[in-house]
Amino acid sequence: MFLQNFTKEWFSNVPRDLVAGVVVALALIPEAIAFSIIAGVDPQVGLYASFCIAVVISFTGGRPGMISAATGAMALLMVTLVRDHGLEYLLAATILTGVLQILAGVFNLGNALRFVSRSVMTGFVNALAILIFMAQLTEFRNVGIEMYAMVAGGLAIIYILPRFVRVIPSPLVCIVALTAISMLSGMSLRTVGDMGQLPSTLPMFFLPNVPFNLETLLIILPYAIPLTIVGLLESLMTATIVDDLTDSESGKNRECKGQGIANIVSGFFGGMAGCAMIGQSIINVKSGGRGRLSSFAAGVFLLIMIVVLGDWVGRIPMAALVAVMIMVAIGTFSWGSIKNLKVHPKSSSFVMIVTVAVVVYTHNLALGVGVGILLSAVFFLGKVAHLMEVRSNLNQAGDHRTYTIHGQIFFVSASAFSHAFNFQEVLQKVTIDVSGAHLWDLSAVGALDKVVLRFRRDGAEVEVVGLNHASATMVDKLAIHDKPGALDLPTGGH
Amino acid sequence: MPTILTCTDGSVYSPSVYDHSAWAALRMGASVHVLHMLDPHRERASMANFSGNLGPDEGEALMKELVQFEASKARLAQVRGRAILQVAHQHVIAAGVNVVTTEQRHGALVEVLEGLRGDLVVIGKRGESADFAKLHLGANLERVIRVSHQPVFVASRAFVPIERCLVAFDGSASAKKAVAYVCQQPLLQGLECGLLTVGKSTGAKEAELKAAQAQLEAAGFAVSAHMQEGEPEKVIPEVIEREKIQLLVMGAYGHSRIRHLILGSTTTTMVRTCGVPVLMFR
Repeated sequence: MFLQNFTKEWFSNVPRDLVAGVVVALALIPEAIAFSIIAGVDPQVGLYASFCIAVVISFTGGRPGMISAATGAMALLMVTLVRDHGLEYLLAATILTGVLQILAGVFNLGNALRFVSRSVMTGFVNALAILIFMAQLTEFRNVGIEMYAMVAGGLAIIYILPRFVRVIPSPLVCIVALTAISMLSGMSLRTVGDMGQLPSTLPMFFLPNVPFNLETLLIILPYAIPLTIVGLLESLMTATIVDDLTDSESGKNRECKGQGIANIVSGFFGGMAGCAMIGQSIINVKSGGRGRLSSFAAGVFLLIMIVVLGDWVGRIPMAALVAVMIMVAIGTFSWGSIKNLKVHPKSSSFVMIVTVAVVVYTHNLALGVGVGILLSAVFFLGKVAHLMEVRSNLNQAGDHRTYTIHGQIFFVSASAFSHAFNFQEVLQKVTIDVSGAHLWDLSAVGALDKVVLRFRRDGAEVEVVGLNHASATMVDKLAIHDKPGALDLPTGGH
Repeated sequence: MPTILTCTDGSVYSPSVYDHSAWAALRMGASVHVLHMLDPHRERASMANFSGNLGPDEGEALMKELVQFEASKARLAQVRGRAILQVAHQHVIAAGVNVVTTEQRHGALVEVLEGLRGDLVVIGKRGESADFAKLHLGANLERVIRVSHQPVFVASRAFVPIERCLVAFDGSASAKKAVAYVCQQPLLQGLECGLLTVGKSTGAKEAELKAAQAQLEAAGFAVSAHMQEGEPEKVIPEVIEREKIQLLVMGAYGHSRIRHLILGSTTTTMVRTCGVPVLMFR
């Protein structure tokens, strides 16, 4: 079974996987360089990371056909670490991120993705797109009109060319064309070579040059935690997208562990932390990539191209890179979500917008997602609380009323529950039927207590029927109305 | 009434699969249920576009494109599948079986087979994709044998009336199961039956072979038992050729994963090389 799975995941789509790998590798180069620039490190850090992660994840990942490499979401989180402490601490943080991600996989946190609602996910990608776009704006500072012209020309190539030619990646044509123009015209445009060191050799194994002590840990941990969360979140989100596109299943916890291993390897080979890439994975599937071989090929081709074309990569004008990154931003943004603002429930739209706002304000995707999850949860609690309903009917003699409760009784709905009873009515017997209800927490048991004791004080005989097993256990443990001497106790905090 | 599960994919082996199913159905007094799988092979890309760019909402656009493309392909496959099943239905009815049902399913054969009830599975030695990937097909057949709770009847390319069968007996649990089945079930009653053990002759093996022979003779079979040295993959096809055997009965090889990795494919090699249908027990 292992061997058959292995063959299926690696070798059932060989020619297409290889071609898709080339297309992806070509698209990875500008992105890896651009994300290195966002993070404030030499382009080689992003390029080494993309190679290591793409190759390692092809073996360790849980989602064949998904592309992982250096990403914008991760780059945005490491800006201040690089600025304040330097590259070596980034490498250490990358390794720690990998360790935390493996732990997340071991403890099955891959399933925790279900707590992230659709609105939060949409907010996440929109915020990511906005941040990638904003990062490109800094390239337009103190530049002449030729920079604008070049970027506009590049975008035109990227979007118009595929209508006529579908066999050559249009971003590649954009890069080649703009590089040629910039070199031939002799315009003084900034190039990738001006942004820092480019790789000329294969990545080498080395230990990050940081003191191995608690102080270091305290510096890198506050970065490693959000990196872990954002990395897993984007990876699992991307995995879901690829699952849908290819109509197949993936191993979410295996993906968590795989991302961790890939990041550890990346850190030891001088690369920054990365994760799965939504855009690249879509490009891969679009180009016919389905198996693990596509990711492996993308990594290997990336390295070959970098080492062989090293000098030429340095001459790519930043304008070409900016054009490609604007395309990535536009492709990442969920334009449908703007149209949906009108159609979707207001609370969902609110969660989405708040997620975007928090991220754009703090530049921290983890924080935005946290706020988004919290808000979705609160809205959900509000909605579920509405599901509680109390009905009642009086018997013929007019001295026995039966209250029938349906729905969820918990801290949000507890007060609505207590207010649903009429204590002014004079009764001899009250039956509270909770067979269609569930008591969730202390507040629920407290509310029931209060109601029962109040009726009792007024001289009615109270019977609670139909407690389901879980609720009954809770009442047995916590309630006071069913314990001896209940009547002597006060009815709440009046 | 027992049921025979007949797996078809409309390949050149199909008519023979129907004939073998009908033959078995008439002997067992069984009904035939013909199964055709629609496997879209999602692990292979059906379309590719190398423009490498990301349009606005590219994910959704791509999803739409893929769904449209695969939907048209799937509809075509369904129509083709229905035609195959219609042919199968006519073929089996014409061969004299009274109760024939047909079914189309999505997914991989092995997944579906686990959930279906039947008393015998009939499948062709090779399928549609035979020349596409021999290795893959062998694996597929082997998987069917492994998941199937029932004996699997692997049909050869053409149907030849079966009069002489050979039980390849290696003393394993699955081989004993095969002997018990032959004795108790009506499928092979009245055939001439050979019993063959390949390997070095030892006392224990002799005894087991004798016991199997006695069991078969008690069930009314005329049995000739032999023991021969050599490699099963070589000796068995030779004996089949020499003795004009029309059906090989055997147990599938071991269950352990490591053994399976190394030896597993011997079973399928033999199935493919021996040129006659094989009745396989797990």
